[in-house]
Amino acid sequence: MSDHEVRLTVNGVPHTVRVPARRLLSDCLRHDLRLTGTHVGCEHGVCGACTVLVDGKPMRSCLLFAVTVDGASITTVEGCRTPDGGLGPVQQAFWDCHGLQCGFCTPGFITTITAFLQENPAPTEEEAREAIGGNLCRCTGYQNIVASVLRAAELMRSAPPPDPPPSDPVDHELSFGVDGVSRDELHDQPSPGAGSRS
Amino acid sequence: MKPPAFTYHRPTTVTEALRTLAEVGPDGKVLAGGQSLVPVLNMRLAAPGHLVDINRLEELSYVRVSDSEVRVGALARHADTERDEAAFAAIPLLRQATAHVAHPAVRNRGTTVGSLAHADPAAELPAVLSLLAGSVVLASSSGRRTVGADDFFIGPLESAVRPDELAVEAVFPRPPARTGTAWLEISRRRGDYALCGVGALVTLDEDRRVVAARACFISVGPTPVLVDLTDAADWAEAGALAAAAVDPEDDIHATAAYRRHLVRVLTARACARAAEAVHE
Repeated sequence: MSDHEVRLTVNGVPHTVRVPARRLLSDCLRHDLRLTGTHVGCEHGVCGACTVLVDGKPMRSCLLFAVTVDGASITTVEGCRTPDGGLGPVQQAFWDCHGLQCGFCTPGFITTITAFLQENPAPTEEEAREAIGGNLCRCTGYQNIVASVLRAAELMRSAPPPDPPPSDPVDHELSFGVDGVSRDELHDQPSPGAGSRS
Repeated sequence: MKPPAFTYHRPTTVTEALRTLAEVGPDGKVLAGGQSLVPVLNMRLAAPGHLVDINRLEELSYVRVSDSEVRVGALARHADTERDEAAFAAIPLLRQATAHVAHPAVRNRGTTVGSLAHADPAAELPAVLSLLAGSVVLASSSGRRTVGADDFFIGPLESAVRPDELAVEAVFPRPPARTGTAWLEISRRRGDYALCGVGALVTLDEDRRVVAARACFISVGPTPVLVDLTDAADWAEAGALAAAAVDPEDDIHATAAYRRHLVRVLTARACARAAEAVHE
């Protein structure tokens, strides 16, 4: 049961890893590639926290062996940022709408919604609910996540084409704002994801 | 948990896959979409010594529609079957039922034929195959055979596929003209296993009288339960007939009585909807 060489392009970066056949894609991303944004909840395909995009399509990374997707392009939550490293439109929508509390399920929502909005850029509320039906969240009660889907659609429709990466990403990040609200003002609200789970 | 160790095989042709399956015998398992197999491995409910990954057999990645049937290759994902416009036009029931298979992320990977071979009594596709009197083509290194739905589903999680065989294709016959279909199911949460699911198929004559009516049920028996309802006076009576024909069991999700109630109610609704779907 020797190791297998697996080539994956993750968030645009090519990687080659040697892993046993039983290595789940979720563990390959987290342990071998140190991309711990992908979260592992139930590890049998129910919770959706580990959802990543495989060649653009959302799939459960805990139900895929890394070796079987050899050669694929993977997008994780780390790849849902803007090119300069700021919040991507779905992440920004979660911030705006308080779409997360503890944040454990969030990476699966971000990837799922990113793919969904590419297919359906102007969803109804019902379609938004249907789209997130395969992802469990135990904190929010989902209402703010549904609002986040609709907000993300709004942001993506109004977003200008992505700028080339700025020479100084830190400056750019500070000027990042939504609807005239600067990031400093957003910080005045309780920061999502901050605080203890217990 | 993590899956147990196994020896991995990745054939690139059907011939090579069949040779590998013959070599590894009962200690081998076919890995297609893996959306049922990998959870079983992760929970250590099974520990096959060999997995034969068929995800590189591109020759089996197809949904083909002809005048008489829809043929779905072993590598067609649920999403491929669900979205194929020609397949939907030929057999709307394929999309109607597949839309209830788990969630989009699972349908993007899981396969139609894999769902048949897995033979879960709560799965939608086995009931569709039974309702349409379809069949599955099984290949081994010693030849091919075609098994009809009646003989294919043997028991819970048990189909007619032998260890050295690969289910290469499912054949769904097109229903006759002036036939409508519907799929309804009740689950605790959308995308969960059905407490009860029903596919209905109704054929009407020129005066919209019922020529044939059948329904097939999931989650109320060890295999899909097919019931002929052609002689029912109305859809309410059809519901009563179906409720008398099934023999569901209690489990933690629902009582047998509740499942029987769902059979009665859903049958009447599904048959009415199927009849409405018959266009002039």
